[in-house]
Amino acid sequence: MKSLKAQKHQLSQTEAQLALLGDNKSIQIPSFKEKLKGCDLFPLRPTQIEVLQINLGKMCNQVCKHCHVDAGPDRKEIMSRETMEACLQALRNSDIRTVDLTGGAPEMNPHFRWFVEQLHRLGKHIIVRCNLTIIVANPKYNDLPDFFKAHGVEVVSSLPYFSARRTDSQRGEGVFEKSIRALKMLNAVGYGKEESGLILNLVYNPSGGFLPAGQEELEKQFRQKLDRGYDVAFNSLFAITNLPVSRFLDYLVQSEQYETYMRELVSAFNPQAAAGVMCRSTISVGWDGYLYDCDFNQMLDLKVATRESQHIRDFDAIALKGRNILINQHCFGCTAGAGSSCGGETV
Amino acid sequence: MSDSYYNKEDLGKFGEISEWQPELGKKFFDYYASVFKEGSLSAREKALIALAVAHTIQCPYCIDAYTKDSVKRGIEEEEMMEALHVAGAIRGGASLVHGVQMMNKAKELLM
Repeated sequence: MKSLKAQKHQLSQTEAQLALLGDNKSIQIPSFKEKLKGCDLFPLRPTQIEVLQINLGKMCNQVCKHCHVDAGPDRKEIMSRETMEACLQALRNSDIRTVDLTGGAPEMNPHFRWFVEQLHRLGKHIIVRCNLTIIVANPKYNDLPDFFKAHGVEVVSSLPYFSARRTDSQRGEGVFEKSIRALKMLNAVGYGKEESGLILNLVYNPSGGFLPAGQEELEKQFRQKLDRGYDVAFNSLFAITNLPVSRFLDYLVQSEQYETYMRELVSAFNPQAAAGVMCRSTISVGWDGYLYDCDFNQMLDLKVATRESQHIRDFDAIALKGRNILINQHCFGCTAGAGSSCGGETV
Repeated sequence: MSDSYYNKEDLGKFGEISEWQPELGKKFFDYYASVFKEGSLSAREKALIALAVAHTIQCPYCIDAYTKDSVKRGIEEEEMMEALHVAGAIRGGASLVHGVQMMNKAKELLM
């Protein structure tokens, strides 16, 4: 399977995605802006910048059907060392405590390990969004669990289901089996074991056009099935809603579920979840150093609405804190039900 | 008027039944919400019961709703089908157990 970009697919263009999302009248749903106004949250403003989420590139060893990054082996956009230096400089001058590394597969960036070492020296809490299969994809990645451990990295890994059928249908043939092997390798060095202090969290996202059930209920099932079936341990499960962006948007359109899904998101709008959206406390950095309100806005090329600080080399926490967050119809994905963020439910 | 007796969009309009009888409608939906809350039975167990019953009463709206609910709750395909077999066994059994009545009657009639 190729990325949408490699297929020269219409929805690989952010303008085409925004045009589709923006046409809310034809599917008879309200605008996200109206909903925010209804609960006194418009314009949406940041609270505090607590997390710098850095996308190290769109290169990935997997081509997942729902990927909002449109990542894959054919994507060559990766962060340069120079841009990483600018990230480090910004972090030195700020009180941001958590750095969340994502991709693609961030480990495939040739400067990944150097960057993690530098972040560790700065004393930052480091999260790596690891797709698991990268650990077993090539012998040069087999020592990643030890590397993560040595640098106190919190590992957050996608595993959409506790069986092969639904995992592989979303993430590719054989991904479940490889993911279990990688989880066992992480467990072997202490990840996911309570007494070790090494955190391994799993991310559940639905393998289709439906919203996740309650996080607690799903976590209970995952723990039971992974423990009994595979002797695999983890700390917490984050239930994340798929946002109608990029490949998941394409999936919804192709399977004729787009309207139903959008209506479901709108009818599940929760003002409490809207108040707790992650973009209020996060800044997302693109592979080329540009700044965004979140990873989804990054993929839609909606740069932060402040001219003074649009790139990481011009990082200005005060200007960023004073900005208005850019919103669009995809934002309904973060405000449905118990809310959705990179850390799971928000309510 | 639609050409079909069943339209999937109508499931989303279920709440509209309260428009013509608000008091009873409210009572029904409050009761419905309470029934499906986590109780002595888990919400997961209730979803499977609802799925099996939906097939027994052959309500397309209920089948749609509780298939989705089961999938969302992480219920596996094998578990869902097994629940249907329970419904199928009871339905089949309900027919077959009347076979005793048939046998009794036939014995009465025949020499």
